[in-house]
Amino acid sequence: MLAYIVRRLLYAIPILIGVNLITFALFFVVNTPDDMARMQLGVKRVTPEAIEKWKAERGYDKPLFVNADAAGLATVTDTIFFDKSARMFAGQFGRAEDGRDIAREIASRMGPSLAIALPTFVLGLFVAVSMALLLAFFRASAFDFWGVVLCVAMMSISGLFYIIGGQYLISKIWRLVPISGFGDGLEAWRFLILPVLIGVVSGIGSSTRWYRTIFLEEVGKDYVRTARAKGLPETVVFFRHILRNALIPILTGVVVVIPLLFMGSLLTESFFGIPGLGSYTIDAINAQDFAVVRSMVFIGSVLYIVGLILTDISYTLVDPRIRFE
Amino acid sequence: MSGFQVVVLWSDVLVWLLVAAGLGVGVLIAKSPPLLAAWRRVGANRVGMASATVLLAFIAVGLLDSLHYRLQLDGKPGQPAVYAIEVLSVLDALAAPLRTRNEKTYSAPFATRLYAKETIDLPGQGTVRDYPRLKYGGQHLGEREDEVAADAGFTAFKAGVLAFVGWLGVFGVVAAVNRKKRPNLKLRDAAFAWDAVLLTLLAMLLAVVPLFWLAGQYHVFGTDKVGQDVLYQILKSVRTGLIIGLVTTLVMLPMAVLLGIVAGYFRGWVDDLIQYLYTVLNSIPGVLLIAAAVLMMQVVIDSHPQWFSTAAERADLRLLALCFILGITSWTGLCRLLRGETLKLRELEYIQAAQAFGVSSWRIILRHILPNLMHIVIIALVMDFSGLVLAEAVLSYVGIGVDPTMTSFGTMINNARMELGREPAVWWSLAAAFSAMFVLVLAANLFADAVRDAFDPRAA
Amino acid sequence: MSDALLSVTDLRLGFMAGKRALPAVDGISFAISPGETFALLGESGCGKSATAQGIMRLLPAAGRMLGGRVVMDGQELLGLSEADMRAWRGGRMAMIFQEPATSLNPVLTVGRQIGEVLERHRGLTGAAATERMVELLRLVGIADPERRLTEYPFQLSGGMKQRVMIAIALAGEPELLIADEPTTALDVTVQAQILDLLAKIQVDRGMGMLLITHDLGVVARMAHRIGVMYAGELVEVASRQAFFTAPRHPYTQALFEALPDISRRGLRLNTIPGQVPALAAMPAGCRFADRCPQVMAICREQSPPWREVAGGHAVRCHWQGEAAANGRTGNAVTELDIDPGRAFLEVADLKVHFPIRKGLLQRTVGHVRAVDGVSLAIAASRTLALVGESGCGKTTVGKALLQLIQPSAGSVRLGGNELVGLKGRRLRSARRHMQMVFQDPFASLNPRLRVGEIIAEGMAALGIDTESASHAAAIAALLKQVGLPDEAAGRYPHEFSGGQRQRIAIARALAVQPELLICDEPTSALDVSVQAQILNLLKKLQAELGVAYLFITHNFAVVEYLAHDVAVMYLGRIVERGRAEEILRSPKHPYTQALLSAVPVPRLDHPTAIIRLPGETPSPANPPAGCHFHPRCPMAMDICRQAYPGVTELSPTHRVNCHLAG
Repeated sequence: MLAYIVRRLLYAIPILIGVNLITFALFFVVNTPDDMARMQLGVKRVTPEAIEKWKAERGYDKPLFVNADAAGLATVTDTIFFDKSARMFAGQFGRAEDGRDIAREIASRMGPSLAIALPTFVLGLFVAVSMALLLAFFRASAFDFWGVVLCVAMMSISGLFYIIGGQYLISKIWRLVPISGFGDGLEAWRFLILPVLIGVVSGIGSSTRWYRTIFLEEVGKDYVRTARAKGLPETVVFFRHILRNALIPILTGVVVVIPLLFMGSLLTESFFGIPGLGSYTIDAINAQDFAVVRSMVFIGSVLYIVGLILTDISYTLVDPRIRFE
Repeated sequence: MSGFQVVVLWSDVLVWLLVAAGLGVGVLIAKSPPLLAAWRRVGANRVGMASATVLLAFIAVGLLDSLHYRLQLDGKPGQPAVYAIEVLSVLDALAAPLRTRNEKTYSAPFATRLYAKETIDLPGQGTVRDYPRLKYGGQHLGEREDEVAADAGFTAFKAGVLAFVGWLGVFGVVAAVNRKKRPNLKLRDAAFAWDAVLLTLLAMLLAVVPLFWLAGQYHVFGTDKVGQDVLYQILKSVRTGLIIGLVTTLVMLPMAVLLGIVAGYFRGWVDDLIQYLYTVLNSIPGVLLIAAAVLMMQVVIDSHPQWFSTAAERADLRLLALCFILGITSWTGLCRLLRGETLKLRELEYIQAAQAFGVSSWRIILRHILPNLMHIVIIALVMDFSGLVLAEAVLSYVGIGVDPTMTSFGTMINNARMELGREPAVWWSLAAAFSAMFVLVLAANLFADAVRDAFDPRAA
Repeated sequence: MSDALLSVTDLRLGFMAGKRALPAVDGISFAISPGETFALLGESGCGKSATAQGIMRLLPAAGRMLGGRVVMDGQELLGLSEADMRAWRGGRMAMIFQEPATSLNPVLTVGRQIGEVLERHRGLTGAAATERMVELLRLVGIADPERRLTEYPFQLSGGMKQRVMIAIALAGEPELLIADEPTTALDVTVQAQILDLLAKIQVDRGMGMLLITHDLGVVARMAHRIGVMYAGELVEVASRQAFFTAPRHPYTQALFEALPDISRRGLRLNTIPGQVPALAAMPAGCRFADRCPQVMAICREQSPPWREVAGGHAVRCHWQGEAAANGRTGNAVTELDIDPGRAFLEVADLKVHFPIRKGLLQRTVGHVRAVDGVSLAIAASRTLALVGESGCGKTTVGKALLQLIQPSAGSVRLGGNELVGLKGRRLRSARRHMQMVFQDPFASLNPRLRVGEIIAEGMAALGIDTESASHAAAIAALLKQVGLPDEAAGRYPHEFSGGQRQRIAIARALAVQPELLICDEPTSALDVSVQAQILNLLKKLQAELGVAYLFITHNFAVVEYLAHDVAVMYLGRIVERGRAEEILRSPKHPYTQALLSAVPVPRLDHPTAIIRLPGETPSPANPPAGCHFHPRCPMAMDICRQAYPGVTELSPTHRVNCHLAG
């Protein structure tokens, strides 16, 4: 099993390199730094000197891969590729347009992102799995039918509506909690409760339906018939037999996103003014701050790959067939 | 009015190509009984057919909006014809009253006056600050401004009656045709869910006919910040949504199908390579990859203004680029699904029988594997649609969606959302956009369910 | 019957199709006394499994009880509330299922799965429960029960899983055990073990047993009384003695006559024409009328009533005659004596090894020796049966011959040409000479192609007759040859039954006029009556076309009926080969002997000395040292543990790899 996990870890390396190359190509090959400079400076201020200055400030004036002017190791290290892409592996993300260190910014913004994303994830998972269990338990009844109809209706509503509508109703009309903002310590819950609630509600439709399908697939299996033939009550059949088996496909979809919770949610954070990584990304996109976007792409990929490895590990916990091999 | 010049946007080409492909696939399906049987099951599904009827209405709007032209400007005879900068579509021409009757700024649905106070010059009385009358909305009422409800209600009733009569006509035709084919069969028991289609049609006619009738006299959904009719914007958004939902899948389909089958059939290093490719692409969180790609595309577009002769062309290209980017980031799921299914199929005995005859690999893929994967492709196509329509709104909100000048549900929501903070709130743009999107996506979801139930062998 | 443990009266149940419930079981009645085994015998789709599930009230979601009574020990079960029924299920009545592989929960330990029955029905928990579980596992013949309790189902072999299933069933101390095809998914030697176990337990505990099966051999081994089901109805109920000596219903008689057997070599097997009527279109009169050799006018109008022909022997048939002359007399051993011609396919030392990769770098740490040095020869117009249990590598041999799997070593010579290592066009032209017929008639035809296209594929690929007119004629001729009408060419596979599909598969293979047909268990997925049709067809084709067969099978009855030569495989190697009569009459290898004696024989007078093999076939990844068979061999000697035995020639044709013979 250890060899299995080590192998998965080693497999992550070529994938990260692949991700890195793709982002590099996207940011420096599709468009030259000159193009970016022109775009950033705006039409009026574009002069060859301004472009050169803009590039020099950001280190974009170096060659892409090979610096023929430099000597020794510097032919490779004194390049855009090494500075902007390879250094990311060491956690060096450089500076944003506003001059701040991206790595430090990211570290300080993870907390607020997590404060929203984690409760949303846990609560959402709990609610959706319970609802799905209920629907599957009462399968083929009117309750199940209307439950599924409700799920389809809920997943047909735009996520934006949940946020805008929720904010409008709860904060503006009823004035229960502040519309947006973020506080420290215990005060924070007043700001968190609405985004978490909205996050949970907006995800319920699709995930409940998905889990219900998984449960129903298990219900049809032979071992369930065996369990019933033992005379076990339906609740035991569900919680001891079906739930345990259904956990395997559920884990595939769920564990992989856990590390990504650090990234926060783009929409929620920007609507609620939470100073997390999601709003950081949105601001960077709007300001066309390429350095930040590039860093976020890299971090997102790292977290996703961590999620894949976690998924593999979690399999060994729920599936004895993998644990013993 | 003088001549016009037909403008063919790239997205138009793709849309009509899609229609042609759809017809072609239809002919193929008619020739292949297993597929035909599956579509018959869709046809028998009441919910599926009701939602298909709604979808067809949306598609009709989208198609009308995909025939573009430019009007010739009045010029002196003898000079070369000059055409307007503005690119119009057939839908624009049909909805000309909606398009041209712009107010000054916001006005509520069925309002007769603007939503903001202005200084008005009253002849002889100096100036007052009041809500000015709208230029178009409720003009025919003249001084009887307080009779809006009665007037609108009566008009709606007239239109409703007309719609009902029209529907009765359709009903009669359908019933007559059915009776001719199967004299003893009631419509309710027909293999095709005619009852659901007709009922949906009735509901749609009863809603749509009065709406458009009234739209000639009022702004039924109000107007936006620059005074444009919201109903018109909704109509224009439909095409954007459809293109994002359909073209994206179409773009990714060939790649996903080819790579998925090749990986599953040949296995070995080909499989390793393809798996590596999609794991890498999958590793980059979707929104971020899209954001990065869209930003880069924007730079490309901005640095080559000479490529586009009109703003519409630029917006159109950006829309297509968005479709490509969405397609490239979302092909991995289908690819993995098809790979897994091919792995199972290639062990089946009829494939081995073909191999025993020495049938070439590509021929086996074409004859034996591809046709047996079609149901997965079709399910993926319809399942993705609704998700993409919803994604467009979010992306446009984040600023990495369609061109801001292009009307879409996302840009509508984005433009309107800040106004919810006003006192009193401007809610109608948002409400209209969300409702239209809900109807479209709900219909798509229900239709997708019907298709999946009919095609998925496990469900049968 | 007042002393009955279970009595079923006029049970009717069906499955929902749209808004209608199609009756799958239409009014059957029987009773089981304590200590009695009652077998429900029937072909697939006759409603026997549905009956068992109905009695347990475990019908699938689409199933509906339509009427009747099920009384056990004075208590009517169908009227009980679901909660009350649960006290019976797993307690006083228990059930075991056909597929042990899927019937156990994969993520719970064996102990947990047995323990929940003890807790539910016997109130045992903790140490007392563990003690009882160990007892139960020992009772069902599982060695080292303490360790097995903590293991998961995937760590057990197929036979052991079924033993665990039996232990689960016994945990509630049931008075009635329902066994639904309990050995169908198992190998013959394991089947023999499980049947022994079931019989012993039943006698020890005086349980009543309802045995659902399609296998006349299993019936002969197990049943006290037999009920024959056809199309949802019971048509004959008889004691074991009466059933095997004087079956009265034409359907029962036909079933017996359709069985292949050595005594019928050279004779056509009797077949039952036509098919079982569909659930949705049951005829009004006798449901067997359309296929019955004794059909009379009344049969089509009136469903026959029960008629008692002797004490405890009742039959539902209008026809009053006795059994037709039991076709067991003709003993035409004709072509057995044909001298084999020159072999045209010669296989020497064929090996197929699959690498096992492990560890960090996925290095090859070993090989699964699926086929490990197999040599064969086949001559024209002869049938060589390759016999063995699942996992012995017999199917891999077939595929390696066709080069569908690349052999790791060895040679396959066809008419003097070496096939191993051939590529491209030369391989393709060589493939013309041999073709394959597969096991599963539902997976072997592409559902998206018409039958005509399916048959034409091989011709096109091998460049035979691409002209369309002669093409169509050729297809029609082929269809005729396998007994299908011309118009079948334009239809799709799903419109055909299993037997018809197998005919299509044979036609597809014959289309390229091969000299050798590799038949991989072509009848194992078919019912007995349909199997007979296919066997007849294969015999006829051999006589007409002179085609040779490599017949891969585990079914000795088919071997006896069809084969000229037999090769017995165990763990990738051939352990004994020779002429059919040599192998079947005087087997020399202990494995062959055990295999032959383990086959349940559908007669009352089956051989007395039964050799029972312990354990199951080991993994070909890690075969035992010395003779592969020694851990299971009742006659193993010291030398068997050390060296693999060489070939001993007993006659010019009969060879065996065994130290005993050497």
